[in-house]
Amino acid sequence: MRKVWDIHGGVHPPENKEQSNQLAITSAGIPDQLVFPLSQHIGTPAAPIVAVGQKVLKGEIIAEAKGFVSVPVHASTSGEVIAIEQRNIAHPSGMAAPCIVIQADGKDEWIEHSGIEDYTAVDKAELLNRIRQAGIAGMGGAGFPSAVKLGTRDDQVIETLIFNGTECEPYITADDMLMRERAEEIIAGAKILKHLVKPTKETIIGVEDNKPEGIAALEKAAQGSGIEIVSFPTKYPSGGEKQLIQILTGKEVPSGGLPAQVGIVCQNLGTTVAIYRAIQFGEPLISRITTVTGEACEQNRNYEVLLGSPISHLLELSGYQQKKASRLIMGGPMMGFTLHSETVPVVKTTNCIMAPSAKEIPPPTPAQACIRCGMCAEACPVSLLPQQMYWFARGKEYEKLEAHNLMDCIECGACSYACPSNIPLVQYYRASKADIRQQKQDAIKAEQSKVRFEARQERIERQEAEKEAKRKARKAAAEARAAGNAEAGKVDAVQAAVERAKAKKAATDPAQVAAETAADPAPNGDAAKDAIARALAKREAASSMTDEERLLNAVKALGKRLDKTREKLATAQAEGSDTVEILTETLAKLEIKLVDAKQAYDDHQQKN
Amino acid sequence: MALFKVTSPHATGPLNTARVMQLVLLATIPGVLALNWHFGWGVLVNIVFASGVALAAEALALTLRKRPLGFYLGDYSALVTAVLLAVAMPAYSPWWLIAVGVGFAILIAKHLYGGMGYNPFNPAMVGYVVLLISFPVEMTTWAAPRQAFSGEMPGLADAISVLFAGREAIAAFAVDGITMATPLDILKQNNSLLIEDLWQQSPVFGQWGGLGWEWANLGFLAGGLFLLSQRIFTWHAPISMLASLTLISALFYDGGSSASGGSPLFHLLSGATMFGAFFIVTDPVTSAVSVMGKIIYGALIGVLLYLIRVWGNYPDAIAFAVLLMNFAAPLVDYYTQPRTYGHEPAHKSGDE
Ligand code: SF4
Ligand code: SF4
Repeated sequence: MRKVWDIHGGVHPPENKEQSNQLAITSAGIPDQLVFPLSQHIGTPAAPIVAVGQKVLKGEIIAEAKGFVSVPVHASTSGEVIAIEQRNIAHPSGMAAPCIVIQADGKDEWIEHSGIEDYTAVDKAELLNRIRQAGIAGMGGAGFPSAVKLGTRDDQVIETLIFNGTECEPYITADDMLMRERAEEIIAGAKILKHLVKPTKETIIGVEDNKPEGIAALEKAAQGSGIEIVSFPTKYPSGGEKQLIQILTGKEVPSGGLPAQVGIVCQNLGTTVAIYRAIQFGEPLISRITTVTGEACEQNRNYEVLLGSPISHLLELSGYQQKKASRLIMGGPMMGFTLHSETVPVVKTTNCIMAPSAKEIPPPTPAQACIRCGMCAEACPVSLLPQQMYWFARGKEYEKLEAHNLMDCIECGACSYACPSNIPLVQYYRASKADIRQQKQDAIKAEQSKVRFEARQERIERQEAEKEAKRKARKAAAEARAAGNAEAGKVDAVQAAVERAKAKKAATDPAQVAAETAADPAPNGDAAKDAIARALAKREAASSMTDEERLLNAVKALGKRLDKTREKLATAQAEGSDTVEILTETLAKLEIKLVDAKQAYDDHQQKN
Repeated sequence: MALFKVTSPHATGPLNTARVMQLVLLATIPGVLALNWHFGWGVLVNIVFASGVALAAEALALTLRKRPLGFYLGDYSALVTAVLLAVAMPAYSPWWLIAVGVGFAILIAKHLYGGMGYNPFNPAMVGYVVLLISFPVEMTTWAAPRQAFSGEMPGLADAISVLFAGREAIAAFAVDGITMATPLDILKQNNSLLIEDLWQQSPVFGQWGGLGWEWANLGFLAGGLFLLSQRIFTWHAPISMLASLTLISALFYDGGSSASGGSPLFHLLSGATMFGAFFIVTDPVTSAVSVMGKIIYGALIGVLLYLIRVWGNYPDAIAFAVLLMNFAAPLVDYYTQPRTYGHEPAHKSGDE
């Protein structure tokens, strides 16, 4: 037996796995309509590439990946796209999100696809690309794109490749059944990943010891593959990625870091099978194993279900009685979230639908006072002090919360489970975390707007200085005229015009201006001269113009400036630069000025 | 309900606070029975009367604070305070003594600080100390154990009439010798006899500790072990307290000379040692919270207990030791914050 480590804390909720692991996995069939959220993974949502009315085949890409951390979405059966719209999705907040809706035609016709004969002959980039194109994202938890996770940097040496067959959440048996029935596929997938990641030390499949059948099946399939099956005592939450890593290797992932930093890559079993099918057969991720369980369902079992199938479809198959259910949960009783609607679709991360009776999961009882019994601290797998954090969360003492490492809380719920006063601790942590994140973002925003404000302030000051200079110039010009030295003035004006052009060019670039100002110890003098010259030139030009011409010129000039500003704004927007706001403002002002100028021109013409 | 979102975890553990308190009450039974056997009905009468006062005081406080009565009374915490205080008081205490103690514990020490969970000091111990300081005579007149009793033990009816009419009302109490100094007292006053001789001379010593007290201690030990087995609290604080008490009394045992502080066994089985270790020190509200914190907290109580017993002015010292450590608990917590997963070992304050 290999050494396994223990994690701090943990709880032993009733496992309740027998209900759903008695029957073999069965297909859930094809529902009438399927709904595909564009975002079933962490990262940028996919972008639709089909149109309403378009016919699609099973396995066809209907939305493509957008950016690096993203994966495409595939149709899970053949049919017709009937809508691209907001639909309710499975999300803790019960929100709606953009989805592609497909009406199944019942033919279940596959798109042409093919696998790779010998994956060892293909280079890593190609394998990763295939995994990405197959739309594979972590199927156990958050749904992080697998290709990104597996695409470890070359300078990171991966010692250990871990497959997570823990499934520590009560009630859920999706991975358990997968192990029992498809151990070969798991091992085949594990081999592909082993080839891809090339762990220098070992490849392990970690399974809790409450799944002896699964362990036996895996052991049989893994013979001679160099993949080790390790079982360890059942305890919640051993299946958390960080916890599993600690159990199997004794290493801890640094706070805020990734497993790769300690030479470990961790994969979920469902994902592993999906990768196997993607590489071997070229099949994208279009179905998964989902447990349907709870006393409000007559039949508890695991289904192989097409992604996009509405939950109601699964519930119907299982003889769900709404009256009996105390609530509907996606995921398990420890970390799952309450569903607000039965129409939400099964997505890549849906491992369980739970419809418990009020006896199984009673409605929450009112919280009593915290008696500081410390049972929560004893249960916390991360060694936090939940009761302290609870006080701080109630007092909104965010700094203290951070000092107590709230951000390391994995929201496993062990503390709330252990708490005799029924305090919904995790709820407080979630809210506080969200608040802290918000505060941080606000701080960043505030910093940005401060910079912007300062820039604006500087601009205004500069304009003020120019105005001041103009005034002086006017005065000077008047004096000059008074002296009757018109000739000299003209010469000056020409030279000044040249300088002005230069200065104007420079002024468009504040940094440059700043640099020049810094280089020139007496900028004011120059600016003043410059402005004097400008004023003179204008005056001269104006004096030779009729009013009409002058007004028309003004309109034209404004038009030009407006065009230029529009152009600038467009580039700024494209670049996402933070001058956008300033430019928009300017644009609006210019537009008003233009209208005014036009009005003045029209008025003038009418007068004449 | 529509607005109330249920979030994970959906499953809740088997324990709830009321259940915890019930188990604590249950666990006091062996110790209380032993006390009752050795010291007569006065013990039970104390407990019953104290419970009544506690419930009334709790109800009063809740009404004044406009809290739902049923919900809060149902948590049994007032009862636990009453039982703990009553057990700590001498048997055959007068009604007013109990009423003042329990009333103070519930109204001032508990509710004035915000009620259940918010009190920094253990209410039962606050009540006890207030009584000890205000009524030192009443609080140190202990009944003699059955074996040292010359006459007939007072019956239940007698015990009840003592409660209301005072000890003078009962003939048995009028006779000198019904009350006597506790073994801890005697040991402390002793400065001429070897421990061995002292043991023989005084009838209050039993086989290992104080006569009668040793059985009560064993009873509370049994109750404590039961609670441990039910995972109501962890072993850290009580065991570390008992360990430190053993260690320090062994250190100063001095071979049983006349200056000896008494053997470790004597200390473990005398006075309120076991009762304190498993029922007072473990009070979650007022103790340290982390594992290391609890160990330190318990150990320091053990040391303080011994110091006060042997060199202090009071014969038994659980209450003082615990209250002193209640003060220190936040500090202990501060310095024993456990290392979080994935973090470097916490910096000791000296490193910075
Ligand atoms: S388990 Fe609940 S009551 Fe006990 S310390 Fe933690 S939060 Fe408080
Ligand atoms: S939810 Fe957070 S604080 Fe509670 S036990 Fe889990 S990690 Fe610890």
